[in-house]
Amino acid sequence: MALIAFGLIAAVVILSALFVIAARNPVHSVLWLILAFFSSAGLMVLIGAEFLAMLLIVVYVGAVAVLFLFVVMMLDVDFVELKQGSLGYWPFALLIGVILVAELALVWSASGSLNFDAFDPSPGAETNTEAIGAVMYTQYLLLFQLAGMILLVAMIGAIVLTLRHRPNVKRQNVSAQTGRRRADATELKDPAPGQGI
Amino acid sequence: MTELGILHFLIVSAALFTIGVVGIFVNRKNVIVILMALELILLSVNINLVAFSVFTGTIQGQIFAMLVLTVAAAEAAVGLAILVVYFRNRRDISVENVDLMKG
Repeated sequence: MALIAFGLIAAVVILSALFVIAARNPVHSVLWLILAFFSSAGLMVLIGAEFLAMLLIVVYVGAVAVLFLFVVMMLDVDFVELKQGSLGYWPFALLIGVILVAELALVWSASGSLNFDAFDPSPGAETNTEAIGAVMYTQYLLLFQLAGMILLVAMIGAIVLTLRHRPNVKRQNVSAQTGRRRADATELKDPAPGQGI
Repeated sequence: MTELGILHFLIVSAALFTIGVVGIFVNRKNVIVILMALELILLSVNINLVAFSVFTGTIQGQIFAMLVLTVAAAEAAVGLAILVVYFRNRRDISVENVDLMKG
Protein backbone atom coordinates (compact mmCIF):
# COMPACT_ATOMS: atom_id res chain seq x y z
CA MET A 1 0.00 0.00 0.00
CA ALA A 2 2.74 2.41 0.99
CA LEU A 3 4.63 1.34 -2.12
CA ILE A 4 1.70 2.28 -4.38
CA ALA A 5 1.40 5.69 -2.71
CA PHE A 6 5.13 6.14 -3.03
CA GLY A 7 5.05 5.27 -6.73
CA LEU A 8 2.25 7.73 -7.44
CA ILE A 9 3.84 10.59 -5.50
CA ALA A 10 7.31 9.91 -6.88
CA ALA A 11 5.92 9.92 -10.42
CA VAL A 12 4.33 13.32 -9.75
CA VAL A 13 7.62 14.64 -8.31
CA ILE A 14 9.68 13.56 -11.31
CA LEU A 15 7.15 14.63 -13.94
CA SER A 16 6.69 18.06 -12.40
CA ALA A 17 10.46 18.46 -12.11
CA LEU A 18 10.75 17.65 -15.80
CA PHE A 19 8.11 20.25 -16.62
CA VAL A 20 9.96 22.82 -14.49
CA ILE A 21 12.94 22.69 -16.81
CA ALA A 22 10.98 22.12 -20.02
CA ALA A 23 8.10 24.59 -19.72
CA ARG A 24 8.06 27.43 -22.22
CA ASN A 25 6.60 29.97 -19.84
CA PRO A 26 8.57 30.63 -16.60
CA VAL A 27 5.31 31.22 -14.72
CA HIS A 28 4.34 27.64 -15.57
CA SER A 29 7.80 26.58 -14.43
CA VAL A 30 7.19 28.13 -11.02
CA LEU A 31 3.80 26.44 -10.72
CA TRP A 32 5.34 23.07 -11.59
CA LEU A 33 8.04 23.77 -9.02
CA ILE A 34 5.34 24.31 -6.40
CA LEU A 35 3.78 20.95 -7.35
CA ALA A 36 7.19 19.28 -7.07
CA PHE A 37 7.67 20.69 -3.58
CA PHE A 38 4.17 19.67 -2.51
CA SER A 39 4.62 16.11 -3.65
CA SER A 40 8.09 15.91 -2.10
CA ALA A 41 6.45 16.91 1.15
CA GLY A 42 4.10 13.97 0.51
CA LEU A 43 7.10 11.67 0.16
CA MET A 44 8.42 12.86 3.51
CA VAL A 45 5.04 12.37 5.20
CA LEU A 46 5.05 8.81 3.84
CA ILE A 47 8.07 7.90 5.98
CA GLY A 48 6.94 9.90 8.98
CA ALA A 49 9.12 13.00 8.68
CA GLU A 50 6.15 15.29 9.15
CA PHE A 51 7.98 18.31 10.49
CA LEU A 52 10.28 18.57 7.50
CA ALA A 53 7.31 18.08 5.19
CA MET A 54 5.41 20.98 6.74
CA LEU A 55 8.57 23.07 6.73
CA LEU A 56 8.98 22.35 3.04
CA ILE A 57 5.47 23.58 2.34
CA VAL A 58 5.78 26.67 4.53
CA VAL A 59 9.25 27.72 3.37
CA TYR A 60 9.21 26.66 -0.25
CA VAL A 61 5.61 27.00 -1.33
CA GLY A 62 4.86 29.85 1.02
CA ALA A 63 7.99 31.93 0.57
CA VAL A 64 10.45 30.86 -2.10
CA ALA A 65 7.96 29.95 -4.82
CA VAL A 66 5.97 33.12 -4.25
CA LEU A 67 9.23 35.09 -4.44
CA PHE A 68 9.99 33.45 -7.78
CA LEU A 69 6.49 34.21 -9.00
CA PHE A 70 6.86 37.86 -8.02
CA VAL A 71 10.18 38.21 -9.80
CA VAL A 72 8.98 36.42 -12.94
CA MET A 73 6.00 38.73 -13.15
CA MET A 74 7.95 41.86 -12.21
CA LEU A 75 10.65 41.47 -14.84
CA ASP A 76 9.32 42.44 -18.20
CA VAL A 77 11.35 39.89 -20.15
CA ASP A 78 10.67 38.73 -23.66
CA PHE A 79 10.65 35.03 -22.88
CA VAL A 80 9.96 34.00 -26.46
CA GLU A 81 13.23 35.57 -27.53
CA LEU A 82 14.97 34.03 -24.53
CA LYS A 83 13.78 30.60 -25.58
CA GLN A 84 15.25 30.96 -29.08
CA GLY A 85 17.88 28.38 -29.88
CA SER A 86 17.51 26.59 -26.54
CA LEU A 87 16.61 23.43 -28.44
CA GLY A 88 20.24 23.18 -29.49
CA TYR A 89 21.27 22.77 -25.84
CA TRP A 90 19.29 19.56 -25.35
CA PRO A 91 21.81 17.03 -26.78
CA PHE A 92 24.65 18.31 -24.64
CA ALA A 93 22.41 18.53 -21.56
CA LEU A 94 21.15 14.98 -22.09
CA LEU A 95 24.74 13.79 -22.45
CA ILE A 96 25.59 15.40 -19.13
CA GLY A 97 22.49 13.81 -17.59
CA VAL A 98 23.37 10.33 -18.86
CA ILE A 99 26.91 10.67 -17.54
CA LEU A 100 25.56 11.79 -14.17
CA VAL A 101 23.12 8.87 -13.97
CA ALA A 102 25.92 6.48 -14.89
CA GLU A 103 28.09 7.91 -12.14
CA LEU A 104 25.30 7.63 -9.57
CA ALA A 105 24.64 4.02 -10.63
CA LEU A 106 28.34 3.31 -10.32
CA VAL A 107 28.37 4.69 -6.78
CA TRP A 108 25.33 2.60 -5.96
CA SER A 109 26.80 -0.60 -7.32
CA ALA A 110 30.08 0.04 -5.53
CA SER A 111 28.39 0.69 -2.20
CA GLY A 112 27.50 -2.21 0.01
CA SER A 113 24.10 -3.28 1.26
CA LEU A 114 21.60 -0.47 1.72
CA ASN A 115 19.24 -2.43 3.94
CA PHE A 116 18.85 -0.20 6.95
CA ASP A 117 16.25 -1.77 9.19
CA ALA A 118 16.22 0.82 11.97
CA PHE A 119 13.20 2.61 10.50
CA ASP A 120 12.31 5.34 13.02
CA PRO A 121 11.29 8.88 12.05
CA SER A 122 11.22 10.03 15.69
CA PRO A 123 13.98 8.35 17.68
CA GLY A 124 13.62 8.73 21.42
CA ALA A 125 10.36 10.67 21.30
CA GLU A 126 6.64 10.30 20.70
CA THR A 127 6.38 12.42 17.59
CA ASN A 128 8.71 13.58 14.85
CA THR A 129 8.44 17.24 15.83
CA GLU A 130 9.20 16.40 19.44
CA ALA A 131 12.29 14.42 18.43
CA ILE A 132 13.58 17.34 16.36
CA GLY A 133 12.78 19.91 19.02
CA ALA A 134 14.58 17.89 21.69
CA VAL A 135 17.94 18.26 19.97
CA MET A 136 17.40 21.42 17.92
CA TYR A 137 17.47 23.82 20.87
CA THR A 138 20.04 21.95 22.93
CA GLN A 139 22.61 20.00 20.99
CA TYR A 140 22.34 22.03 17.80
CA LEU A 141 21.61 25.44 19.31
CA LEU A 142 24.66 27.00 17.67
CA LEU A 143 23.68 25.72 14.23
CA PHE A 144 20.16 26.98 14.76
CA GLN A 145 21.41 30.45 15.64
CA LEU A 146 23.80 30.44 12.70
CA ALA A 147 20.90 29.56 10.40
CA GLY A 148 19.07 32.59 11.73
CA MET A 149 22.20 34.67 11.07
CA ILE A 150 22.33 33.44 7.48
CA LEU A 151 18.73 34.45 6.97
CA LEU A 152 19.41 37.89 8.45
CA VAL A 153 22.42 38.42 6.20
CA ALA A 154 20.43 37.26 3.16
CA MET A 155 17.59 39.62 4.03
CA ILE A 156 19.89 42.61 4.48
CA GLY A 157 21.77 41.66 1.31
CA ALA A 158 18.61 41.46 -0.76
CA ILE A 159 17.43 44.82 0.56
CA VAL A 160 20.80 46.51 -0.05
CA LEU A 161 21.00 45.09 -3.56
CA THR A 162 17.58 46.19 -4.70
CA LEU A 163 17.40 49.51 -2.85
CA ARG A 164 17.80 52.51 -5.08
CA HIS A 165 17.55 56.22 -4.46
CA ARG A 166 16.01 58.00 -7.38
CA PRO A 167 17.12 61.61 -7.80
CA ASN A 168 14.52 64.39 -7.67
CA VAL A 169 12.25 62.53 -5.30
CA LYS A 170 11.09 64.61 -2.34
CA ARG A 171 11.35 62.81 0.96
CA GLN A 172 10.23 63.65 4.43
CA ASN A 173 13.12 64.60 6.70
CA VAL A 174 11.79 64.00 10.16
CA SER A 175 14.73 65.37 12.11
CA ALA A 176 14.66 68.58 10.09
CA GLN A 177 10.95 68.86 10.77
CA THR A 178 11.16 68.32 14.48
CA GLY A 179 14.35 70.40 14.76
CA ARG A 180 12.58 73.53 13.56
CA ARG A 181 12.36 76.33 16.11
CA ARG A 182 10.24 79.40 16.03
CA ALA A 183 13.31 81.58 15.54
CA ASP A 184 14.24 79.77 12.28
CA ALA A 185 10.81 80.00 10.75
CA THR A 186 9.47 83.43 11.74
CA GLU A 187 10.85 86.90 11.63
CA LEU A 188 9.55 89.92 13.48
CA LYS A 189 9.15 93.03 11.37
CA ASP A 190 8.19 96.42 12.63
CA PRO A 191 6.87 98.39 9.67
CA ALA A 192 6.46 102.10 10.04
CA PRO A 193 2.82 103.31 9.71
CA GLY A 194 1.76 104.13 6.16
CA GLN A 195 4.94 102.82 4.50
CA GLY A 196 4.75 99.04 4.29
CA ILE A 197 7.82 96.85 4.33
CA MET B 1 11.92 -4.13 -3.60
CA THR B 2 8.54 -5.29 -2.37
CA GLU B 3 8.61 -3.05 0.64
CA LEU B 4 9.21 0.68 0.86
CA GLY B 5 12.95 1.00 1.43
CA ILE B 6 15.63 3.63 1.34
CA LEU B 7 16.56 2.63 -2.19
CA HIS B 8 13.27 3.99 -3.55
CA PHE B 9 13.98 7.38 -2.05
CA LEU B 10 17.55 7.35 -3.30
CA ILE B 11 16.34 6.63 -6.83
CA VAL B 12 13.82 9.49 -6.75
CA SER B 13 16.47 11.77 -5.30
CA ALA B 14 19.02 10.81 -7.95
CA ALA B 15 16.46 11.39 -10.71
CA LEU B 16 15.58 14.79 -9.27
CA PHE B 17 19.25 15.73 -9.02
CA THR B 18 19.88 14.73 -12.62
CA ILE B 19 16.84 16.66 -13.83
CA GLY B 20 18.13 19.71 -11.97
CA VAL B 21 21.59 19.48 -13.53
CA VAL B 22 20.14 18.93 -17.00
CA GLY B 23 17.85 21.92 -16.40
CA ILE B 24 20.84 24.17 -15.76
CA PHE B 25 22.32 23.20 -19.12
CA VAL B 26 19.06 23.36 -21.06
CA ASN B 27 18.00 26.79 -19.88
CA ARG B 28 21.40 28.31 -20.31
CA LYS B 29 19.95 31.71 -21.17
CA ASN B 30 17.22 32.02 -18.59
CA VAL B 31 18.59 32.75 -15.13
CA ILE B 32 15.22 32.34 -13.42
CA VAL B 33 14.88 28.74 -14.58
CA ILE B 34 18.51 28.10 -13.62
CA LEU B 35 17.67 29.22 -10.09
CA MET B 36 14.64 26.94 -10.11
CA ALA B 37 16.81 24.03 -11.24
CA LEU B 38 19.13 24.81 -8.31
CA GLU B 39 16.13 24.59 -6.01
CA LEU B 40 15.33 21.17 -7.49
CA ILE B 41 18.88 20.01 -6.77
CA LEU B 42 18.65 21.21 -3.17
CA LEU B 43 15.28 19.48 -2.85
CA SER B 44 16.84 16.20 -3.95
CA VAL B 45 19.56 16.66 -1.35
CA ASN B 46 16.88 17.20 1.27
CA ILE B 47 15.02 14.06 0.26
CA ASN B 48 18.26 12.13 0.53
CA LEU B 49 19.04 13.51 3.98
CA VAL B 50 15.55 12.84 5.31
CA ALA B 51 15.48 9.31 3.88
CA PHE B 52 18.81 8.40 5.44
CA SER B 53 17.76 10.04 8.71
CA VAL B 54 14.53 8.05 8.93
CA PHE B 55 15.82 4.70 7.72
CA THR B 56 18.83 4.72 10.02
CA GLY B 57 16.79 5.88 13.00
CA THR B 58 18.83 9.03 13.67
CA ILE B 59 17.46 12.55 13.87
CA GLN B 60 20.56 14.45 12.76
CA GLY B 61 19.74 14.16 9.06
CA GLN B 62 16.49 16.02 9.55
CA ILE B 63 18.24 18.80 11.44
CA PHE B 64 20.70 19.06 8.60
CA ALA B 65 17.87 19.08 6.05
CA MET B 66 16.40 22.04 7.90
CA LEU B 67 19.70 23.91 7.60
CA VAL B 68 19.85 23.11 3.89
CA LEU B 69 16.34 24.53 3.60
CA THR B 70 17.51 27.73 5.30
CA VAL B 71 20.45 28.13 2.97
CA ALA B 72 18.23 27.42 -0.04
CA ALA B 73 15.82 30.15 1.00
CA ALA B 74 18.66 32.63 1.57
CA GLU B 75 20.23 31.73 -1.76
CA ALA B 76 16.93 32.21 -3.59
CA ALA B 77 16.41 35.63 -1.99
CA VAL B 78 19.91 36.93 -2.80
CA GLY B 79 19.93 35.34 -6.26
CA LEU B 80 16.65 36.91 -7.22
CA ALA B 81 17.78 40.27 -5.84
CA ILE B 82 20.91 40.10 -8.00
CA LEU B 83 18.70 39.16 -10.94
CA VAL B 84 16.45 42.16 -10.37
CA VAL B 85 19.46 44.52 -10.24
CA TYR B 86 20.92 42.92 -13.36
CA PHE B 87 17.65 43.30 -15.21
CA ARG B 88 17.43 46.93 -14.14
CA ASN B 89 20.84 47.62 -15.65
CA ARG B 90 20.48 45.68 -18.88
CA ARG B 91 16.72 45.25 -19.50
CA ASP B 92 17.51 41.59 -20.24
CA ILE B 93 18.33 38.48 -18.22
CA SER B 94 20.34 36.50 -20.73
CA VAL B 95 23.30 34.80 -19.04
CA GLU B 96 25.39 34.95 -22.19
CA ASN B 97 26.25 38.61 -21.71
CA VAL B 98 26.85 38.64 -17.97
CA ASP B 99 30.58 39.09 -18.49
CA LEU B 100 29.91 42.48 -20.06
CA MET B 101 29.48 43.80 -16.53
CA LYS B 102 33.01 43.08 -15.41
CA GLY B 103 35.40 45.87 -14.66
